[in-house]
Amino acid sequence: MHIKEETRQRHTLAVIVDNEPGILARIAGLFTARGYNIESLTVSEITEDKSVSRITIVTSASEHVMEQIHSQLERLVPVHKVKDLTVLGPHVERELALVKVAGTGDHRIEALRLAEVYRARVVDATIASFVFEVTGGSEKIDKFVELMGEVGLVEVARTGIVAISRGAEAA
Amino acid sequence: MAEKSGADILIEALTDLGVEVVFGYPGGAVLPIYDALFKQDRIKHILVRHEQAATHAAEGYARSTGKPGVVLVTSGPGATNAVTGITDALMDSIPMIVITGQVPTGLIGTDAFQEADTVGITRHCTKHNYLVKDPASLCSVIHEAFYIATSGRPGPVVIDIPKDVQVASATYAKPAAIQHKTYRPQTDPDKAKIQEAVDMIAAAERPVFYTGGGIINSGPEASRLLRELAELTGAPVTSTLMGLGAFPASSDQWLGMLGMHGTYEANWAMNKADLIIALGARFDDRVTGRLDAFAPNSRKVHIDIDRSSVNKIVRVDLPIIADVGRALAAMVDCWKERQHPKPDLTEWFGRIEGWRQVGCLKYEDKADVIMPQQAICSLYEATKSRAPIITTEVGQHQMWAAQHFDFEAPNKWLTSGGLGTMGYGLPAAIGAQLGNPDDLVIDIAGEASIQMNIQELGTATQYRLPVKIFILNNEYMGMVRQWQELTYQSRYSESYSDALPDFVKLAEAYGWKGIRIETRGELEDGIQAMLDYDGPVVVDCRVAKLANCFPMIPSGAAHTEMLLQAAEVSGEMDDEAKALV
Repeated sequence: MHIKEETRQRHTLAVIVDNEPGILARIAGLFTARGYNIESLTVSEITEDKSVSRITIVTSASEHVMEQIHSQLERLVPVHKVKDLTVLGPHVERELALVKVAGTGDHRIEALRLAEVYRARVVDATIASFVFEVTGGSEKIDKFVELMGEVGLVEVARTGIVAISRGAEAA
Repeated sequence: MAEKSGADILIEALTDLGVEVVFGYPGGAVLPIYDALFKQDRIKHILVRHEQAATHAAEGYARSTGKPGVVLVTSGPGATNAVTGITDALMDSIPMIVITGQVPTGLIGTDAFQEADTVGITRHCTKHNYLVKDPASLCSVIHEAFYIATSGRPGPVVIDIPKDVQVASATYAKPAAIQHKTYRPQTDPDKAKIQEAVDMIAAAERPVFYTGGGIINSGPEASRLLRELAELTGAPVTSTLMGLGAFPASSDQWLGMLGMHGTYEANWAMNKADLIIALGARFDDRVTGRLDAFAPNSRKVHIDIDRSSVNKIVRVDLPIIADVGRALAAMVDCWKERQHPKPDLTEWFGRIEGWRQVGCLKYEDKADVIMPQQAICSLYEATKSRAPIITTEVGQHQMWAAQHFDFEAPNKWLTSGGLGTMGYGLPAAIGAQLGNPDDLVIDIAGEASIQMNIQELGTATQYRLPVKIFILNNEYMGMVRQWQELTYQSRYSESYSDALPDFVKLAEAYGWKGIRIETRGELEDGIQAMLDYDGPVVVDCRVAKLANCFPMIPSGAAHTEMLLQAAEVSGEMDDEAKALV
């Protein structure tokens, strides 16, 4: 016997929540408990009094499951609002990465050149290493990290995706 | 304002919230609360024998009275023992507040004695939960917890209170009506959609009302409105296990329960309907059977208070998010306003009558052995004039009770539907008896299930509760055995109830009366003796050992592929079938 899988589509959700203890566990736990998948999750406070957080979740699911994810999230008591940015229209997605590269000679020069092409900034430098800060869409970061692999990549830290709708209105 | 201890704040808040009964079990981390309970006489504490039973008793109390059930247990094992009942309440949407003690805030996270991560463990089996670290917030948290547990789709809420918070002092002021920042259940229906639904009913040729536990949760008025709407529209009514009693079984429009062990007429009507109106029901797999064959030629209206119930299993044409009672009231008003005449459903009822003629629930009343169905029917005949409250455990006896015990009113049928928790019935009966002291309360049980919370015999004895337990004893975990016959060529792996206790002596040991019924001739007299006794009774009714519960839709089969009798069951199923629940 084989277990069937449905075709999935990638969605980016912005979940506005009350910033109470355990809220992240509540959201992440909902995804594991109901068998939904999380590709990326970021969270940060977004109000001055730190009472509200915005959680950006990238998930992939069938249309039917996506509707469930939406209403299951909205059912959680501390959730203010769930916005499916993928459905709501054009939006911008960005990610930030810190990329540590070590090397000397040609590798070092090549790393700097590539960083310039990718508009990565040097945020730390030693005689034998750089730390680059690069922002952009996930594909750009993937590509940058891949290239750095050729010239002395040591480690990578990525924020995960944040996203916001285009235009003057809040989504 | 004068300050009080956290424990006193809790008691005062519970009193303000109208709590009369708390089901609990003391322990180290709740001693301050128990001391506060000792010093007051407004809240009655019922000492159970195991924390799981406290939760089921609270469920029984809630389901039979419409008020929230309240549970008080200690930290660690007290809380983990309550988890099954909390999950049960979540699955069946029962309003419940569980107060758990916790180790002092300074010890949280140190693996202290009787420490468990209660909010972590209960995060996904509660509607919401709280860890109260600040005594000043205790008052608002308790009031908010009751609001969340009882409003919208009801459910269990856990409040975890560290011991030092119970001792520390703060002020208490009864809050005004709760306006929650984020939680706003939608209770009023969209008027335009109600009108659309009403017009769909008026135009339908083969409508069916498919009703569920939401009608019971909405309150007795919702049941009354369902009857009125059914009367106006003339449409037949079926119900889930959880919704039994919302519509009177004596009505001509009643089809009986639907689903896996539902009636032939209910399931065929669902299959052939052109309009399904789902009212406070959630298309559970036990109801739908094979999804692609579920009500295939019907349009579907779904009225539910929980948005996530809509389109979860079955896609519907018209979802209406609302309290089902308010939606029913709006539908009744709208039907009258639009002056729809009562539709002529003669042809539809003609077909239904044909399905009824199959007599899917019939069984042979034998002279030499008590058929379990007969035991339920005899119990029903002997008690129906008293409109008893029936609780059940889980298994064959539960399905036989659902099929053969008729209900005329809501809040009379208490069963573990979603989670299917063996051991639910006795504590639920205790809770129901406390909430309804003058009612006849009977737990219809199996010999296996009853042993899961048998220790609660002592609780009923202590509080002089005249609960009756009617055990259909066939010496098997009958539903497991039935599935093994169906799926595994009758290899009865571990489904025989070996080393059973003498239930009569066991009853007597706890101060109950014990009655054994062994032959068909003793059945009616035995039931009468149970009813005549002014106190708790255990009846050990020995029934046919290998009887099976029919009709039955095998897992993953369509409503129209219903098995009517044992002769249709044989062989071994393939892996696809074995993997289905």
